Amino acid sequence: MSQQPPGEEIARRLVARASWQPLEVLFWAAALASIYVLPGRHLILTEIAILGLFALSLDLILGYAGIVSLGQAAFFGFGAYAAGLLAKYDLVTEPLLALIVSGVAAALVGFVTSFLVLRGSDLTRIMVTLGVALVLREIANRYAWLTGGADGLQGVEIKPLFGLYRFDMFGHTAFCYALGVLIVLFLLARRIVHSPFGLSLQSIKGNPVRAAAVGIPVNGRLVAIYTIAAGYAGVAGALLTQTTAFTSLSVLDFERSADLLLVLIIGGTGYLYGGLIGAILFKLMQDYLAALTPQYWPFWIGLLLVAIVLIGRERIMSWTKPIRALARRLDWRRSTTAVAVEGQRP
Amino acid sequence: MLTILFDGIAYGMLLFVLACGLAVTLGLMNFVNLAHGAFAMAGGYCTVILVNRWGIPFLAALPLAFLSTAILGLAFERTLYIHVYRKSHLDQVLFTIGLVFMSVAAVDYVMGSSQVFVQLPSWLEGQINVLGVGIGRYRLLIIIICGLLTLLLQFILARSRFGSRLRAAVDDQRVARGLGINVGGVFALTFAFGSGLAGLGGALGAEILGLDPIFPLKYMIYFLIVVTVGGTSSITGPFLASLLLGVGDVAGKYYMPTLGAFVIYTIMILVLIWRPQGLFARGGAR
Amino acid sequence: MTVMLETIALEKRFGGLVATSNVALKVEKGARHALIGPNGAGKTTLINLLTGVLRPTAGRILLDERDITSLKPHSRVKLGIARTFQINQLFAELTPIETVALAVSERLGCGKNWWRIVGRPSQVTDEVVKILENFRLVDVMNERTAILPYGKQRLLEIAVAVASAPRVLLLDEPAAGVPEDERHMILDIVARLPGDVTVLLIEHDMDLVFQFAKWISVLVNGVLFVEGSPEAIARDERVRQVYLGETGHG
Repeated sequence: MSQQPPGEEIARRLVARASWQPLEVLFWAAALASIYVLPGRHLILTEIAILGLFALSLDLILGYAGIVSLGQAAFFGFGAYAAGLLAKYDLVTEPLLALIVSGVAAALVGFVTSFLVLRGSDLTRIMVTLGVALVLREIANRYAWLTGGADGLQGVEIKPLFGLYRFDMFGHTAFCYALGVLIVLFLLARRIVHSPFGLSLQSIKGNPVRAAAVGIPVNGRLVAIYTIAAGYAGVAGALLTQTTAFTSLSVLDFERSADLLLVLIIGGTGYLYGGLIGAILFKLMQDYLAALTPQYWPFWIGLLLVAIVLIGRERIMSWTKPIRALARRLDWRRSTTAVAVEGQRP
Repeated sequence: MLTILFDGIAYGMLLFVLACGLAVTLGLMNFVNLAHGAFAMAGGYCTVILVNRWGIPFLAALPLAFLSTAILGLAFERTLYIHVYRKSHLDQVLFTIGLVFMSVAAVDYVMGSSQVFVQLPSWLEGQINVLGVGIGRYRLLIIIICGLLTLLLQFILARSRFGSRLRAAVDDQRVARGLGINVGGVFALTFAFGSGLAGLGGALGAEILGLDPIFPLKYMIYFLIVVTVGGTSSITGPFLASLLLGVGDVAGKYYMPTLGAFVIYTIMILVLIWRPQGLFARGGAR
Repeated sequence: MTVMLETIALEKRFGGLVATSNVALKVEKGARHALIGPNGAGKTTLINLLTGVLRPTAGRILLDERDITSLKPHSRVKLGIARTFQINQLFAELTPIETVALAVSERLGCGKNWWRIVGRPSQVTDEVVKILENFRLVDVMNERTAILPYGKQRLLEIAVAVASAPRVLLLDEPAAGVPEDERHMILDIVARLPGDVTVLLIEHDMDLVFQFAKWISVLVNGVLFVEGSPEAIARDERVRQVYLGETGHG
């Protein structure tokens, strides 16, 4: 048994929370490999990457800060229209720059509306977020001279990425672009949730009263994460516009927010990968079921939601247990240290 | 001008009948039932089938719509909803959205996706002229029926034995249980009654609101507005909120068509922020 | 002696009910001060007023001569008031190591840092280590708080408050509900708190009160009833009468 002073052990355990697990490395290796292994599936893979990023934005507020939102589409849609308008009127022609501008714009909307979700219960938050999304959709619908209204935003032309890579019809460029953005933003999110700021969010989710008693400015932190998450959703929406060169009112639909909840619930909340895994499963399912009967696809979503709730989300999530156990066994750092600690204290 | 007011009142009363069941569910069990509109849709389609296909007179079809939706509501409550009461709000939202999606797709499958209309008897069509104000006959009928229903509801809640039990259960579930009130039973009946009213509202409203498979999604926000603005501690609150919403919506669409519906959404958000318990909630409610 | 925490004519009403009435409490620097009183005397209300969970209807609160009456709870923590809760208020899904690290990070001002990993400034880790060891939480430091034995949760409850390095520590019945054989751990911890920390203890357990306190204030029906040294309070006939109708303890 290794003889380690508990102090070093504690210090190491604290930092080890953020260390990379082998399964994570595997996940991203597979994602990168799909560029070469699945060239024929880049269109759906792009959709998955965008949906995964969108779900990640919801996970940041729901899984980490405990804010139930039924209107995340508001920011997705805002980002989508922002990117569309920037491209259509040649305001910002470099796609990556336009993406950032759209994300920041959505984050600003998030910042402004974040003050609305600070007060009140889950129920108030559900309705306020839903209301905000509806207001934006209604605005987009009314100001048809700008947004194209019900016909969608026509005539969006996306210039080549960095002036070099044209968005091709097979979606090769689009996928590499979307995956790259997803990876960068995922790394950022991973950094955030393992920071003291991220930890304080989890504490607010767990017990806001105690969090304040520890000295955490609860409202300030919630505003911050809500703003960040809105930015993420905005980038996801902008990616959709840029990769499809089109956007319509459907980006602001209630169904989009509701589907998003399902995506995140399938994959599980609060560990960042839930949204990505949920996006993969959701899109595969959609691909299969919608091919059978596209019109009745909502029925299957609904059935799945009802089933998940009735069976219980915790029980559903237990399918990841063997995977987590495997992850723990694969992790060389943990297995040795745990024994050492137990040896320390008789 | 007065015609608009009249139309607005009819619309508002309709909304009240549609939404008051939701107010009770929310107040009694603190349960978020986003699928409330699905029951309204069921009542609407039920009437369409009864009147258009089977040739049952419109007025006779209305109680049937109420009854069948109430039974449907009771069945759902006893088999499904009962498992979700104790779960988190997030679960309740997921569950009821799931029901909405299923109902939308199922109705689409059975009845088709296009809008349907109830064949109204000829004596309900057209307008009558009262003191120079054009009044739609059908809207007059709605006001009469909904007005009577409101009075009946108020009477049941204020006077009857069931009403006092319901109020006790709303005020404090644990105390009510301690007094020997079967809260589960009270709630099942209330849920069924609320669903029935929604169904009746759907039947009456098919003509005005339009009836198609996405009805529950389209009007979900309206029901929520009624409940949030009106509060859930009495039925007077939702009633006033419904009238306000009805008149406001009709007038808004008529006078400021460019602004559209988002004025109403914005008002809802402001009310939520200003008074989370609802505009007409009595002070100090939970 | 300087006064660390002071209330001036503090009053709190809930509708018609007066929970705190004209309370003028002075807690001296470094004090071992106990606040006792029968059930419903308004002790926890007073703590909630001091920490900013509740807003007073009237009156002022001074911390080290600074008016903190209108400050938010988290700002008061920054100024050095920490509290424990009568009923555990912990983060069920976090581990003790995370919980303590959270409080320490927040105190050292890196709580809003979103770029560094928790525990990276080694100052944080050093403090976390010290507190976990002091509070005998090392053996359970990686368990979810929700599954800890009650006694350990109680220890963690105090550890979190101490991790904020308070100048004034408000202990709201720290031994409440702790089984007899684990009680000595709590007493031990409370006795070993650093001398320069001002401690205001609210307690029902008279053994603990008389073992710990150098000064006792008695609160009855929201009013400061009598104050004095433990000996004086023990002899006081009025206090005895107040407690006679209560549990058989006092």
